[in-house]
Amino acid sequence: MTQAPTLAAEAPAEATELLRFATAGSVDDGKSTLIGRLLFDTKTLFDDQWDAVEAVSAGRGDEYTDLALLTDGLRSEREQGITIDVAYRYFATPERKFIIADTPGHIQYTRNMVTGASTADLALILVDARKGLVEQSRRHAFLCSLLRVPHMVLCVNKMDLVDYDEDTFKRIEKEFGSFATKLEIPDLTVVPISALKGDNVVRRSENMPWYQGPSLLHHLEKVHIASDRNLVDVRFPVQQVIRPHSSDNHDYRGYAGQIASGVMKPGDEVMVLPSGFTSKIASIETADGPLDEAFPPLSVTVRLEDELDVSRGDMLCRPGNQPRVAQDVEAMVCWMDEQRPLRLRGKYAIKHTTADARAIVKDVQYQLDVNTLHRDESAEELRLNEIGRVTLRTTKPLLCDDYRRNRATGGFIIIDESDNRTVGAGIIV
Amino acid sequence: MSDYRVSHLAALEAEAIFIFREVAATCQRPVLLFSGGKDSIVMLHLAQKAFWPAPIPFPVMHVDTGQNFDEVIEFRDRRVAATGVQLVVASVQDAIDRGLVTEPPDGTRNRIQTPVLLEAAEKYQFDALFGGARRDEEKARAKERVFSFRDDFGQWDPKNQRPELWNLYNGRVHSGEQIRVFPLSNWTELDIWRYIGDQSIELPPVYFAAEREVVERDGMLYAVNRFIRPRDGETVFAEKIRYRTVGDATLTAGVRSDATTVEQIIAEVAATRITERGATRGDDKTSEAAMEDRKREGYF
Ligand SMILES: Nc1nc2c(ncn2[C@@H]2O[C@H](COP(=O)(O)OP(=O)(O)O)[C@@H](O)[C@H]2O)c(=O)[nH]1
Ligand SMILES: [Mg+2]
Repeated sequence: MTQAPTLAAEAPAEATELLRFATAGSVDDGKSTLIGRLLFDTKTLFDDQWDAVEAVSAGRGDEYTDLALLTDGLRSEREQGITIDVAYRYFATPERKFIIADTPGHIQYTRNMVTGASTADLALILVDARKGLVEQSRRHAFLCSLLRVPHMVLCVNKMDLVDYDEDTFKRIEKEFGSFATKLEIPDLTVVPISALKGDNVVRRSENMPWYQGPSLLHHLEKVHIASDRNLVDVRFPVQQVIRPHSSDNHDYRGYAGQIASGVMKPGDEVMVLPSGFTSKIASIETADGPLDEAFPPLSVTVRLEDELDVSRGDMLCRPGNQPRVAQDVEAMVCWMDEQRPLRLRGKYAIKHTTADARAIVKDVQYQLDVNTLHRDESAEELRLNEIGRVTLRTTKPLLCDDYRRNRATGGFIIIDESDNRTVGAGIIV
Repeated sequence: MSDYRVSHLAALEAEAIFIFREVAATCQRPVLLFSGGKDSIVMLHLAQKAFWPAPIPFPVMHVDTGQNFDEVIEFRDRRVAATGVQLVVASVQDAIDRGLVTEPPDGTRNRIQTPVLLEAAEKYQFDALFGGARRDEEKARAKERVFSFRDDFGQWDPKNQRPELWNLYNGRVHSGEQIRVFPLSNWTELDIWRYIGDQSIELPPVYFAAEREVVERDGMLYAVNRFIRPRDGETVFAEKIRYRTVGDATLTAGVRSDATTVEQIIAEVAATRITERGATRGDDKTSEAAMEDRKREGYF
């Protein structure tokens, strides 16, 4: 079973699904090369991009054209030959449009890896077949499971350098499997590849007849993502109130937002939080006309039958299925600031759904060693790239769910108010 | 849609609308950069949809090099009038006359747009500037956040970008600093054209193929007009071309094409082997890191 390379040119005009995936893994395991390979073999790469990469590669005296140059676009990345920040690339096949976040492997750029993984439907974790799992592979697998990226693919790369040896592959697969049982990974696939040579990337490789699974691209095209969304719990964070103030529309009052989860229909009874008032959905509107039902990720405007006091940061839900209303929040926090650590009793701003609040760190319960999953309960602060469990007290109630149940209402960012930088990411547990 | 599937274009539209609304709700004085080019036309269309039936709650701004295609300026003014938004024009010519910037010897005004843009942002105290840049356009853009922080000199620091998680965008700035916001970050050229077709969005005529008098320069076809005069040794000939991008008229080349409808353009774009900027923009050819350098200075 081989698949012909699929051309972007053949992508049909009708609806195709969007799949976002992020690469992860240690430096030099081949992330950028793999993306270059995917773009090259799906004919997404343009001639002038290829010419530019070839010229730079030849100029540096590389033995072969370095596909990583396709994504390492910054001057310092090219000088140092590493990935510093996420690069986003796009390609399409007749089945899907793909957004790739090529993330850095270096530990000091973990925050950029987390940026790339936070929106991903799928994570590709690369390991070098010669080296097997290293600290960064475990760390990234852990972060992806913490961020609940719904699908994971372990790519055992550089199989060409181990003579396409089945035992090497099986050993790494097994080693990862035993690590993964300690994490929550809902869907794991393992593929032996050579990003450089193209084995099992777009087409099944003849060099590994012992591998019976699909090529990586085939898996990316087929993996079922439609049910990753939460269509059960209605959560509609209000972004702003639409009030036209014009003569034809002067009674118009609609609540603009993107549906975080659940399915909303006109006539549904809804509750506004935090006030607790209830009403019914009068209509769900868009500039293209009203909708019979609305679901994630659509951006709509909801109108209610009653005039209620609703503003940005409020949330619509169903009266029988409400989020938590909490001022004491337990969260796993990934700290991203190199200047100052997260400190006990530190005060920060947080952004959660469309709501802003301030918070104080009441307790640092433990810092987690990502390799061993050991908990250091003596920790009182979290430094750059450290992860730990903390308790926060917020100035106003958050309308939240466990992140595990709802990515959209369970995540928040932490902002340092002195300089407005984003210094941490929180996952409500 | 009963299985709750959402096409990729609908997902991209929903994301862009969410971004427009976040900025309008959280920033003090946003402005939308509007040149009359296709990406900014799509931006204006999305902004209208985001706040419908209310009007767009911010002005639009054109950093006008004074070297534009006449059809594009005519379109800009007509579209702005029909939308009812306020148009701020930041004039590069005016800035040259005042001595804020000096016209480079080669007459290209791309780089000197930056101080003009920054001056206007300061004058009107714009703290959030929407741009239509897409990550598929260029390798430095591929690295940029949706909400891209600029310090009080308008500079981008690619090695120190704010982490950007989920859809929790951080648009906080101190006075004098800005956020550049790119709602079309995840769109490709093909997505833009499909969306234009899907939504029947009107475009200026330069985007459609027509027989134009051209000269060939550095391997690219430039239509002869007020700004492009044939140089010694160049011959003028008629060729059917259209524009893939519409920037400064002295720098923007056309491509050979027979496409006179959006459907035909989609077919051509889907089959093309050269990037949009590579095919048509003299300004990006200067060096490997030309775009990164301009962005660091405050360019879009
Ligand atoms: N032989 C071989 N080399 C590879 C393969 N994949 C990547 N490489 C090489 O490994 C080095 C690091 O690759 P790169 O893509 O930059 O890794 P990244 O740091 O994970 O992005 C480069 O020299 C690649 O050419 C592979 O499958 N086989
Ligand atoms: Mg890399």
